[in-house]
Amino acid sequence: MTETTLDRRDLLTHLFADPDGHLFISGLAGAARDAAALTGDGDNLFTMAGTMGAAVSMGLGVALSAPEKPVAVITGDGEVLMNIGSLATVATIAPSNLSIVCINNGRHGETGGQAGHTSGLADLEMIARGMGIASTMTISNPDQLAEAAAFLADAPSPRFLVVSVTDGPPTTYKRNMDPAACRLRFRDAYLGATQ
Amino acid sequence: MTKQENNDWSVPIFNKMIDAGVTLFPYIPDAGVSRIIELAEAHNEARAVLLTTEEEGVAICAGADLVGKRGVLCMQSSGVGNCPNFLSLVNGGRFPILMIISMRGDYGEQNPWQYPMGQAVEPILKTMGVLIFRVDSEDDLDTATTAALKASAKGGQAAAIILTQKFLGAKAF
Repeated sequence: MTETTLDRRDLLTHLFADPDGHLFISGLAGAARDAAALTGDGDNLFTMAGTMGAAVSMGLGVALSAPEKPVAVITGDGEVLMNIGSLATVATIAPSNLSIVCINNGRHGETGGQAGHTSGLADLEMIARGMGIASTMTISNPDQLAEAAAFLADAPSPRFLVVSVTDGPPTTYKRNMDPAACRLRFRDAYLGATQ
Repeated sequence: MTKQENNDWSVPIFNKMIDAGVTLFPYIPDAGVSRIIELAEAHNEARAVLLTTEEEGVAICAGADLVGKRGVLCMQSSGVGNCPNFLSLVNGGRFPILMIISMRGDYGEQNPWQYPMGQAVEPILKTMGVLIFRVDSEDDLDTATTAALKASAKGGQAAAIILTQKFLGAKAF
């Protein structure tokens, strides 16, 4: 993996200057905590605490069904690898409003920091390109954050950004863990705002 | 196929889905659902989404629901075996997703590889909280489709329409 100096806790606020303008789907574990910290566990975010691998597909379902809103998936390297085929699905259907941010620490952080495939030979950006996603980028130091934010704002959708981060803890943020309550919160906010 | 050669029954079931506001048709190709997917590809307001594994479709339908839209996951019975962990979304989050499942491994099956998963379809769906509406004959089709759509829209329940081999006809291999 690329040598990195990026701390994941100081990442998403630099990538999303206007979090309220997005709909966010996050995968489980650290990605969920970081996304919850970004939005204040807001009603424009649905986080998971299980169903590893579901975030990209769920984000695709949102993006296709709310084409007027920018949609961002916040996920991790382990989760992307667990449902890697979903990148082919995203590339083929090519939604006009979807960004995927993969926080790549090369670790299974939630289970004790065991090494993952991206700490070795697997290269997620090359995989995403191979699946057919044309807009891809990898960053590994803080000087690249502004460029990455511009990529998420301006590159043709779908976009796949790999952020290689240091092997440190995610944000500590206590989010709502009741999936049924979070579903209703998200739906009510979105449908209330669009009616 | 010994019966339902042209899958003409797909037209009324597809129209009912469209009338009920279903717009996304994520799928893995299978003979039983192939006509429904062709109809979706030809329809202005529908979107067929080719998957790599059926579990993607569970999450896509859940994502559509988050913004007030509806999807139906179309797949062969084998694909149900790829879905259980993602059905945690359905069960824990009360996502009222829809499925259309074309069966292998039940009535008249001759391929022994199809029996284990075919026989496990209903137990898996029941365990994960998905309601089941079986179609054993053309007479069942309208009733089962209506029930699944109502259970989903009015009851907040995930629901599967199961097209059995008694209805579809067993493949002769």
